[in-house]
Amino acid sequence: MAAITTDAGNDAAQSTLAERRRRRPRVWRGLVLALAGLYFIVPLVASFVFTVHTPGQGVSFEAYTGILGADGFTDSLLLSLGLAAATIALVLLLAVPALVAVRLGAPRLRPVVEVMCMLPLVVPPIALVTGITTVLRWGPEQLSRTPLYQTFMAVQNESFPLVLVLAYTVLALPFVYRSLDAGLRAIDVPTLVEAARNCGASWLYVILRVILPNLRTSLAGAAFLTLALVLGEFTIAALLGYQPFAVWIVTVSGAQARMSVAVSILSLLLTWALLLLLSRAGNGTRTANAMAAAPSSSKDQ
Amino acid sequence: MPVPSPSPSGPAGGTRRRRPGPRTWLAALPLLVFTGLCFGLPVGALLYGAVTGTDRATGATALTGEHLQRSLQGPYLGSLVGSVQLSALTAVIGSVAGVLIAQAIVTSRRTWLRSAALTASGVLANFGGVPLAFAFIATAGISGVVTQLADLGSLGWNLYSFTGLAVVYLYFLTPLMVLVIIPALDGLRPQWREAAQNTGATGWQFWRMVGLPVLAPSLLGGFVLLFGSAFAAHATAAALVGGSVPLVTLKIADALSGNVLVGQENVALALSLDMIVIAGLVMAVYLPLQRRSARWLR
Repeated sequence: MAAITTDAGNDAAQSTLAERRRRRPRVWRGLVLALAGLYFIVPLVASFVFTVHTPGQGVSFEAYTGILGADGFTDSLLLSLGLAAATIALVLLLAVPALVAVRLGAPRLRPVVEVMCMLPLVVPPIALVTGITTVLRWGPEQLSRTPLYQTFMAVQNESFPLVLVLAYTVLALPFVYRSLDAGLRAIDVPTLVEAARNCGASWLYVILRVILPNLRTSLAGAAFLTLALVLGEFTIAALLGYQPFAVWIVTVSGAQARMSVAVSILSLLLTWALLLLLSRAGNGTRTANAMAAAPSSSKDQ
Repeated sequence: MPVPSPSPSGPAGGTRRRRPGPRTWLAALPLLVFTGLCFGLPVGALLYGAVTGTDRATGATALTGEHLQRSLQGPYLGSLVGSVQLSALTAVIGSVAGVLIAQAIVTSRRTWLRSAALTASGVLANFGGVPLAFAFIATAGISGVVTQLADLGSLGWNLYSFTGLAVVYLYFLTPLMVLVIIPALDGLRPQWREAAQNTGATGWQFWRMVGLPVLAPSLLGGFVLLFGSAFAAHATAAALVGGSVPLVTLKIADALSGNVLVGQENVALALSLDMIVIAGLVMAVYLPLQRRSARWLR
């Protein structure tokens, strides 16, 4: 660790110094992780207790057994998952080529792309939805005789509201940008591309077999964030009048408080399971990533 | 600077380097068109609606500052101030806590801890909204489990207050900071620390003179992200406090859905514009700073 230079006389002093330094972090590290663990686990455990234990009546799992049969549960969940899949596909298809291109041949576009991706951060969902409502109301009035009118109707399709996919893609852009940018920062894109091109690889091959595998972890990260965002999104869907998962939970909460908490826990577990599955897929490239990048501190500390 | 080593059989490096230039920007085009349409159009409509008014009698639309003025008075102003205070407070606490946790994870040798914490952060960072509010009502609400066990009620605890909201917001802001800052902490080369230690620097000196300056842009970026998330949060607050804590998002939703009063909708648009301006100011501070020192973590 600390001893790169091995000066014979200094060796003993250095090793005790290193020893002392190594031990000290362990105390605060343990403390920090314990406190964080407590803060993040207590609400989850307490919610679970809340769903199964009624004071004075004992333990019952009714809140959970009733979910599957509850009105609208399957529909809203499937709708949310479908929206999430469409959003992830769209946001990655838009962001990955743009970010790679900006690093390769259009550095002057970089600030533009960054601002475009980060701008949704300064426009909260509630503001976006006020804008969308205005456009959706204004659109049909002005465009009722043009083919665009059909588009306006199609994006508001009750069974699969594309307007939500578009809005969610906008919301997800900042997070996807951050994740991909961090991944691209860790690999030297121009060098990788040049190396591959010099070896005779085609552009398609370079993107699919060189860039994307190196980005797998951040692609997975971007997909997770988007998935979680879509599954939990309430404001836009509610104010536009659709009923995906999050809106359904609120609808149910009025009559069945316990069940709504139970569904909240389950939705968390579902996301967690999906993320574990996906992060396993991303893990395989860890070593490749570390080799392409400069040595990362996570490996050797 | 990546300098291509000229390969003996292939063409000279120079021509290869220039080739991607002219056409690569096309790959960025779909993104730009998409944001222009799906983001620019609603925001444009919002701006237009915020600064114009339609006379009901004549049907004529004219520029007016009336909505903006109304959005900066009385309870509307109070809700803006409340939102800024809550967001700033939670963003500061969340940033500090997030960095501490991330550093604990990064310096830990256990890889399972790292992947578990990253996954957990990914989930929790977006565990905002309604489910989070329900979880906290079940935990620390009036008849919540912890409230009953620890008798928080007699200690003056109230979940449906400013403090309560801050505690709830930190539940998704802190993991968000962890997610944002871990790549930056990974970017701190161990060699820098070795170099500092070998020249006799203490841990504190290392952080003050190397670590924090290098991390500064990422820290600021994280803070901005947290502020933005807290500022924009609506569902959590809506499910939790209703109207008891003045927040601008709640006021907008009220004006949008609750009322059909004439002009109310435009006040909602004006309030949205106020939100955008505030968040935009924070962003304007962040972007130049970030660009200036991002080179350290390349």
